[in-house]
Amino acid sequence: MKLDLSGLQSFTSIPGGAVDGLGEDIFAAPSFQLPACSDFDGFQKDAIQMVKPAKGTTTLAFIFKEGVIVAADSRASMGGYISSQSVKKIIEINPYMLGTMAGGAADCQFWHRNLGIKCRLHELANKRRISVTGASKLLANILYSYRGMGLSVGTMIAGWDEKGPGLYYVDSEGGRLKGTRFSVGSGSPYAYGVLDSGYRFDMPVEEAAELARRAIYHATFRDGASGGVASVYHVGPDGWKKLSGDDVGELHYKYYPVAPTPVEQEMTDAPAA
Amino acid sequence: MSIFEYNGSAVVAMVGKNCFAIASDRRLGVNLQTIATDFQRIFKIHDKLYIGLSGLATDVQTLYQRLIFRHKLYQLREERDMKPQTFASLVSALLYEKRFGPYFCMPVIAGLGDDDAPFICTMDCIGAKELAKDFVVSGTASESLYGACESMYKPNMEPEELFETISQALLSSVDRDCLSGWGGHVLLVTPTEVQERTLKGRMD
Repeated sequence: MKLDLSGLQSFTSIPGGAVDGLGEDIFAAPSFQLPACSDFDGFQKDAIQMVKPAKGTTTLAFIFKEGVIVAADSRASMGGYISSQSVKKIIEINPYMLGTMAGGAADCQFWHRNLGIKCRLHELANKRRISVTGASKLLANILYSYRGMGLSVGTMIAGWDEKGPGLYYVDSEGGRLKGTRFSVGSGSPYAYGVLDSGYRFDMPVEEAAELARRAIYHATFRDGASGGVASVYHVGPDGWKKLSGDDVGELHYKYYPVAPTPVEQEMTDAPAA
Repeated sequence: MSIFEYNGSAVVAMVGKNCFAIASDRRLGVNLQTIATDFQRIFKIHDKLYIGLSGLATDVQTLYQRLIFRHKLYQLREERDMKPQTFASLVSALLYEKRFGPYFCMPVIAGLGDDDAPFICTMDCIGAKELAKDFVVSGTASESLYGACESMYKPNMEPEELFETISQALLSSVDRDCLSGWGGHVLLVTPTEVQERTLKGRMD
């Protein structure tokens, strides 16, 4: 069985036409061979279990006066084991657009790269950059076509286009939401708590970055599956810029310095037995 | 997820030259959510005998109270402190009592016995004793603790070096475990004194 994805091909009219046998392959969403087995659902369920618990995450993004702030932690875990503390969860799609990664690492990486290709091709075909709306819809449509097949993606597409700052939440269940404030991943409830209480639209960039950093820090503190480095990006009219990448282990003692113990505790006599 | 991993824990004990050290993490969580970062898992039985309890926090506290109770009865009747070996048998018996509905804890016992010979041992949740001459580990970070201890441990360490070794082993192990960490707690016991230290660790 091969998925019919012909409905997703929206760029068939590039100058010169796609007749060289190369064009169509590029524009079609990649298709994958399905396993030939009698119990597809059962197989799928087992396969999902093997891939899905890829990692716990905290990512967030919000729109404010001066653009979009995107931030994330950097931990990858398999069950209780921390497999990496230095994962890049903010994916640079192009100089004006960022994607965030939550859920399956491979799914997110693959489909963001795929999206990057599509965005570049759109740019070449139309001589202008794709809107954030368009890019997020491209991704949402692909993910929807694989719905129920075990993809695990929770992402935010943030960027700056002709209309100004843009922010969308897209997930593998097919959802696509426009908004000004999102957080995704196992640490998102904690991040939302900090974000919602400190958010103002007319913040300067420094304050917004600090808010994002604090939200990620608090999420990593409470959530066992989040941690590592809190990286913060800003997207403005001139594209994105990485503002900071702070080790959470040091951030904690910056936010909450430990007072040195005055004297070492002296041993006292044990009560007479 | 296993009930042993519900709260998350890491406990380790090491033997040095006429001394021992026992250390634990300080996290109390509910699955992935961190509730407290000042939880106690190492308890004093008497001046030269300590027990670390990994596993389910509620059972850790219940078991500790029962052990203290039994040790006090022993003190009243015998007018002396328990030897570590005797205490290990008491823990084992108490655990096996609940063979078909166990306490979800794995104890680590460390003490100085007659002529201050160090003794360490660990058990599973139904009291199967496992004695060791070098180090014992327990908790959700036990795999990484085994690795760290295996590579960092040396026989016959002096107290200062033992403290450094057990602290580094604990901190590097919990940094590979989602469910334990958030600081450490180390006790260094020599025939003449007990040093208690709290470790700063990564709080994520």
